[in-house]
Amino acid sequence: MEDVPEYRPVHRETRFDADLARYAARAKGMVASEIRALFSVANRPEVVSLAGGAPNISGLPLDVVGSLLNELVGERGTVAMQYGSAQGDPALREQITDVMSLVGIDASPDDVVVTVGSQQALDLVTRIFCDPGDVVICEAPSYVGALGVFASYQCDVVHVAMDDHGLIPEHLDSALASVAASGRRAKFLYTIPSHHNPMGVSLSLERRAQVLEICRRHDVLVIEDDPYGLLGFDGEPYRALRADDPARVVYLGSFSKTFAPGFRVGWALAPHAIRDKLVLAQESATLCPPTFSQHAVGTYLANHDWRGQIKAFREMYRERRDAMLASLADLMPATTTWTKPNGGFYVWVTLPEGIDAKAMSPRAITARVAYVPGTAFYADGFGSQSMRLSYCFPSPERIREGIRRLAAVVEQEMDLRDTFGPLHLGRGRGVESPGPDLR
Amino acid sequence: MSDLGRVLVLAGGLSHERDVSLRSGRRVSEALRAVGVDVEERDADAGLIPALQDDPPSAVFPLLHGSAGEDGALREVLDLLDVPYVGASPVACRLAFDKPVAKTIVAAAGLRTPKSVVLPHETFRELGAQTVLGRIVERLGLPLVVKPTRGGSALGCNVVRTVPELPAAMVNCFAYGEVSLLEQHVSGTEVSVAVVDVGDGPRALPAVEIVPDSGFYDYAARYNAGATEFVAPARLSDAAAAVCADVALAAHQALGLRDLSRTDLIVDRDGVPWFLEVNVAPGMTETSLVPLAVESAGLDLGIVCRDLLHGAAHRAEAERAERGGR
Repeated sequence: MEDVPEYRPVHRETRFDADLARYAARAKGMVASEIRALFSVANRPEVVSLAGGAPNISGLPLDVVGSLLNELVGERGTVAMQYGSAQGDPALREQITDVMSLVGIDASPDDVVVTVGSQQALDLVTRIFCDPGDVVICEAPSYVGALGVFASYQCDVVHVAMDDHGLIPEHLDSALASVAASGRRAKFLYTIPSHHNPMGVSLSLERRAQVLEICRRHDVLVIEDDPYGLLGFDGEPYRALRADDPARVVYLGSFSKTFAPGFRVGWALAPHAIRDKLVLAQESATLCPPTFSQHAVGTYLANHDWRGQIKAFREMYRERRDAMLASLADLMPATTTWTKPNGGFYVWVTLPEGIDAKAMSPRAITARVAYVPGTAFYADGFGSQSMRLSYCFPSPERIREGIRRLAAVVEQEMDLRDTFGPLHLGRGRGVESPGPDLR
Repeated sequence: MSDLGRVLVLAGGLSHERDVSLRSGRRVSEALRAVGVDVEERDADAGLIPALQDDPPSAVFPLLHGSAGEDGALREVLDLLDVPYVGASPVACRLAFDKPVAKTIVAAAGLRTPKSVVLPHETFRELGAQTVLGRIVERLGLPLVVKPTRGGSALGCNVVRTVPELPAAMVNCFAYGEVSLLEQHVSGTEVSVAVVDVGDGPRALPAVEIVPDSGFYDYAARYNAGATEFVAPARLSDAAAAVCADVALAAHQALGLRDLSRTDLIVDRDGVPWFLEVNVAPGMTETSLVPLAVESAGLDLGIVCRDLLHGAAHRAEAERAERGGR
C-alpha cells in the first residue's frame, strides 16, 4: 500500500458545474428530480412497470427483418449508407402516403417530410412557429414529450379539458377566446385525437368536425399527432382531422408503434409552404434524416405484410387492454375511476379524493410496481390525483400482478389520508422531462 | 495494474436511491481505474452470489445506498460468503442506518443531537394525528424536520415551518418508510465531515459546507449541479472546525464504524456542532460531499478508494489467519 500523501488542505468553492453562467434560459427546467430517479428502479425486472410506453415488438418476425436488412446492405448498401435528401427518401414518402390512406388522408409524397420519429417532427414544427412566450393549446392532460418540446422552446402552454369523448369543443372555443382577449394569439392546437396519450380516449367524430370549425374560426393551426391511429381495437381507424382540412392541419405520423421505434422514422405531412420551412429546418438540424433507417423501413413495407403485422399488434394490445381493465375492475378501491380505451397503449386512472399520485410513487416502488404520476402530463402542475398506466408491454399475467400491487398501495395511501387528512399539495414544478421509454 | 487484483464495485440495487447509487458506482470505478485498479461494476441482483462464489474478487466496494445497502443486510451476505468489503460490519450498519438508534448512541457518547420524537404511522392513526402532532409541536417547537427513520438522499425529508404544512410532510415521509422522525430544527451552518481510515487509524477530512440556493438540501439540491454551493474546507473558525472533526470521529467510533463514514452536522451560532445522522455508504457522485472532502484534503479519490480496498482485503486475510490459528 502507498503512503497516504501529507494532509494539504485545498480550498474550493464549487457548484460542480463550471458552465452554469453559460446555459441558455431554456435549459433552466432541465433538472433531476426524485420522480425521475425512481424510474431507474422501474426498469428492473422485479418491478412490474406500468409506466413505460415502449411498444411490445416481441411479435415482429425478426428473421424476415434480418434477411431484408441483409439484402438491403448487399444490394443497395452504398445508397442506404450515404447522405440523402433533407425531405426524406422519395420512395419511402410514397409508401407513407399509402399508410396515411388508412386514416382517410389523400396526400402527395411531395408534402411529406421524413423526420427522426414524430418527436422530431414536433420539434421542427415548434421551432418554425414558436418564439419564447408564444401560446400553444394542448389537451389536459397532454403527451409528456410534447410538453418537453414546448418547454424547451419556452412556449406558454394553455391546457383545454377533455372527457371520455376527447377534447371538449366548448372549452377549446373559450380558451382560444380568452387567449385572444389577453392580446395574444395561440400559434397552434396540439392534439392527439385517436387513442390519446395519456388519456386513452378518442375524439368523437362529431367533435372532430367541431374542433376543426373552431380552429378555422379562430384562425389557429392544428398539429395532429397520430402515433396510435392504426392501433384501434374496434372496426376501422378513425378518420384523421387532416383528411377534412388539409390546409389547416399538420399531420404527424410514426413507424414507432406500427413497426419498431429503434429505426426512429416518423414524418410530418404539411401544407406546401410549411413543408418548405420544415425541410429547411430539417437540413439545419440533421442535414437529412437517417438514410439507412428510411431504407430499412421502406424495404419492410415493400416486402412484408405490414398491414397483417399491425393487425397482430392490435390483437396483442387488445388482450393486454382487456387484462388491465378487468384487473382494475376486480382489484381497485371502489372510488377509483379510469378510462376505457378502444385502442393505443394507455389507461388514465383517477384516484380517490385526497390521494396524490406523485407523493404515492415511492410507496409503489417499494411495492415493486411503477406508473407515471399525472402531473407529468400537465405544464401547470395539475393532475396530481391521476396516473397513467400502460398495458402495452407486460404480459396479461404481469399486468394483473401489477394492478394487485397497485391496489394495495392505493389502500395504504387511503389509510394515510384518513389519518392525516386529504393532501392538497398544490401545483408541482411544471414539466418533468420524459425518459426515453415514457412515450 | 495494481497488485490488488480484480475488485468489485457494487452499485444499483432496488432502493429508492438506485439512481444515486449507480452514479456513485461509476465515479468510484473511474477513480479506481485511473490509478490502475482492475474494476468490475455490478448490480446487486439474483446473479450476485453465484458470481461471487464462482470468481471471488479480492474485495468489494459496496456503494448501494438506502436499505439493503446500508442497513447491513448486504454486508451480512458478504460475510457469509467470506468476501472482504470496504466499510462497517453488519451490526454497526444496523445501528447507524437507523437514525434514532444512531442519535441515541452518539448522545450517550456525549454528542449533541437535536431533540426528536419517533413514531410509526399506526400511532397517529390510532391516537389521532392532530392531537399527537399538536403535542409534538408544543414539545419541539417549529420549525421541525420530518424524515423517515431509515434512508438517505433527503428522500421523504421536509422542513416544516407552519402547522398546516405538517400533514403533507408526514404523508411524504411515510411514502418512504414506516416510521417517522420529527426533529427540532437547528439553525446554523450545515456541514458534512468524512472520516477515512486507510490503515493508520480513522481521521476526519476537512468539513464541507453546504449552502443550497433553496435553503434546504433536498434531492434536487443534492443532484442538480449548480443548485447548491459547496465550500471546502467549511468557513468555520479553527476551533469550530476542530470540534466538528472530533464529533465526526467520535460518532464513527461510538457506532463501531470502520474504513469510511460521513457525518452530517449543523454548527449553531455558538459554534456547537449538532449531530444529524451518519452514512456508512456515503454518496460518491459528481456532486457528492466525500469526493470533495477528499480533494480538499489534498488526496486522490482513486488512491483513497484503492487503499480502502487494500485494507479490507488485508483485514479479511488477518481474520482468516486468526480463525485458522485457533
